[in-house]
Amino acid sequence: MWLFIARRILYAIPILLGVSLVVFVLMKMVPGDAADIMIPPEAPKDVADMIRARFGLDQPLHIQYFRWVTAMASGDLGTSIFTNQPVAGELFSALLNTLKIAIPAAFLGFALGIVLGSLAAFYGGTRLDKLFSGVAIAGVSLPHYWVGMVLVAIFAVSYNVLPGQGMGPEGFPASWEHVKHLILPVVTLSLIPMGVVSRLVRANVLEILSMEFVSAMQAKGLKEPRVLLHIMKNAAPSALALMGLQFGYLLGGSILVETVFNWPGSGSLLNLAIFRRDVPVLSATILVLATIFVVINIVVDVLQALIDPRIRR
Amino acid sequence: MATQESIVVSTRAAVRRAEAGRGYWARVRERLFADRITMAVTLLLFLIILSAVAAPLFATHDPLASSVLARLKSPGYKGHWLGTDEVGRDLYSRMLYGGRLSLLCGVAPVAFALLIGGSLGLLAGYSGGFVNSLIVRSMDVLYAFPSILLAIAICGMLGSGLGNTILALTVTFIPPVVRISETVTAQVRSAEFVEAARATGASSSSIIRNHILNNVLGPILVYATSLISIAIILAAGLSFLGLGVSPPDAEWGLMLNNLRQAIWVNPMVAALPGVMIFLTSMCFNLMSDGLRTAMDVRI
Repeated sequence: MWLFIARRILYAIPILLGVSLVVFVLMKMVPGDAADIMIPPEAPKDVADMIRARFGLDQPLHIQYFRWVTAMASGDLGTSIFTNQPVAGELFSALLNTLKIAIPAAFLGFALGIVLGSLAAFYGGTRLDKLFSGVAIAGVSLPHYWVGMVLVAIFAVSYNVLPGQGMGPEGFPASWEHVKHLILPVVTLSLIPMGVVSRLVRANVLEILSMEFVSAMQAKGLKEPRVLLHIMKNAAPSALALMGLQFGYLLGGSILVETVFNWPGSGSLLNLAIFRRDVPVLSATILVLATIFVVINIVVDVLQALIDPRIRR
Repeated sequence: MATQESIVVSTRAAVRRAEAGRGYWARVRERLFADRITMAVTLLLFLIILSAVAAPLFATHDPLASSVLARLKSPGYKGHWLGTDEVGRDLYSRMLYGGRLSLLCGVAPVAFALLIGGSLGLLAGYSGGFVNSLIVRSMDVLYAFPSILLAIAICGMLGSGLGNTILALTVTFIPPVVRISETVTAQVRSAEFVEAARATGASSSSIIRNHILNNVLGPILVYATSLISIAIILAAGLSFLGLGVSPPDAEWGLMLNNLRQAIWVNPMVAALPGVMIFLTSMCFNLMSDGLRTAMDVRI
C-alpha cells in the first residue's frame, strides 16, 4: 500500500512539471508582456529596458521558466501588478471563500446523486426510474450559470426571501444571515455533480444488480440490507473516482457561479485578473488550482485502492 | 413429420443468418427508429439548427437594430414576440441569429477534437510502446486541468473572440477523445480477427481502415454527441464571462451576459436565452443516450 502511494506521488511530479510548462507557455502567449502593462507607452526606452531587466523579462525563455518554476515551488507566487500585493495572500483567502460554497455543494450534489441514481437503478424501467433519470440528465444539460440567474430572479428579485449577491457581513460562518447567502450559490453549484454522479451510480448499480453474486446472495437468504451493502461496496470505487474529479471541477469551475452571485472566491479572482490583464495573479491562480486538482486525484486513487485491493498493483 | 420439423428449423436459421447478414448498422438504424424519445429529440434538434441556419427567413427584426424607447419590454410588446433586450433589440430575432454562433462553438471544437484526438489515439493505441507513452503522458498533463479551467486559461491569456473560443474548447476536448480512441484501438488491435488479417498479409493501413476504424467510430460518435452538449454550455459560459464571442454579435451566452443586470428590471426577459442553451444541450445529451443504447456501446 505504501509503495502504491509513493509511486502515485512520484508519478505526479512529471505531471506537475508539464502543467507548469503549459501555464508558462500560455503566459508567454499573452499579447505583450507584464512590463508592457506597467510601462506607459511614452516612457523612454532605457527605462522600459530597466523595468524589463528587474523582472527578468530580458532573459532567454528557458531561464525565465526555470526562475518562475522554482519561485512557484518555493511558495513565492509573485506580486500582483495591479494591487502590488503578494498573490499568495489574496489567492489563499479567495480559495477559502470558494471552499465555503464548494464543500457544501459537493456534499449536497453527491448525496442527491447517489440517492437518485441508486433508486433509479433499483426501480429500473419503472416511472420512478424515468423521472430520476430525467432529473439527472437535466442536471447535466442545464447551464448552471443560467440556473443561478433564474434562482436570483425568483428568490431575490420576485419574492425577496434570499440574498442573491455576495457573502454577507464579515466574520463568516456565524449567523443565519450567512447561511442565507450560501443557499442559492450552493444549490446552483450542486446541480452538475448531482447529475453526473447520479448517472454513473445508476449505470453501475444496474450492472452489479445483473451479476450472479447478487442472485446468489438473495438465494442464500441474505437480508436485503446486507445485499445492499455488497452492491454499494462494488459501486463505490468508480463513484468515488468520479466524485473526486467533480470536486476538482467545483473548485476550478465555480468561476461562472461566483460571477453570477458576486462571490469573492478564486473564480472571481481569476475573472478580475483576466480583465485587469494581471498576468502574475492569473498564472499563479491557474497553477494552484491545477495543482490542487492533481492532489485531489492522488487522494482519490489512494482511497480507491483502500476500498478495492485489486487496484493496488 | 421429421422433415417438416427440420424445414422449420432450417428456415429459422436462415432468418437468423439473414438478420445477421443485414449488418450491424442496419440493426442500429432499426433500433434508433424504434426509440421515440431519440426521434423526437432529433426532430427538435433539426428545427433548432434550421432556425439558426435560416435565421434571416424567420427573423422578424434586424438582430442589431436597437431602440432606446423599447428597452427590456416583455414578450408581446409591439410585435416583439419575445420582448426586447437592454438596448431595445428584438429578442426573438437575436435568439435565432444567436443559434448560429452558439451551435458553431458547440460543433466546431468537437469536430476538430475528433480529428486531432481521434488520430492521436489511433496512433497511440496502434503503435504502442514509446509513441503510446509519449502521447498518453502528454494527455495526462492536460487532464490535470479541470476542463473549464483550461478553457478559461486559454481564453483569458490569449484574449476573447470566436477563434480563441474554438481553439480553447478544442484543446480542452482533445484529451478525453484521445483516451477513448486509444483504449478501443488497443483492445481491437489484440483481437483475433486483427491477428488473422495480419496473418493473411493485410497491411497496417488496411487493418486500420477496415477493422479498427469500424470499431472505434461507434464509441467515439456516441461520446462526441455528448461532448457537443458540454461544448455548447462551455462556449456560452465563456461568452457569459466576456471571454468568448465579442459584442454586438448575437450568441446565447453573450446575450445572457448582457441581460444579467436586467434581471432586476425584467427577470422573465433576462432568463430567455438560457432556455435555448438548455434545450439544445439537453437534445444532444438525449441523442447521445439514444445512440449509446442503439449501438450498445459502453464508454
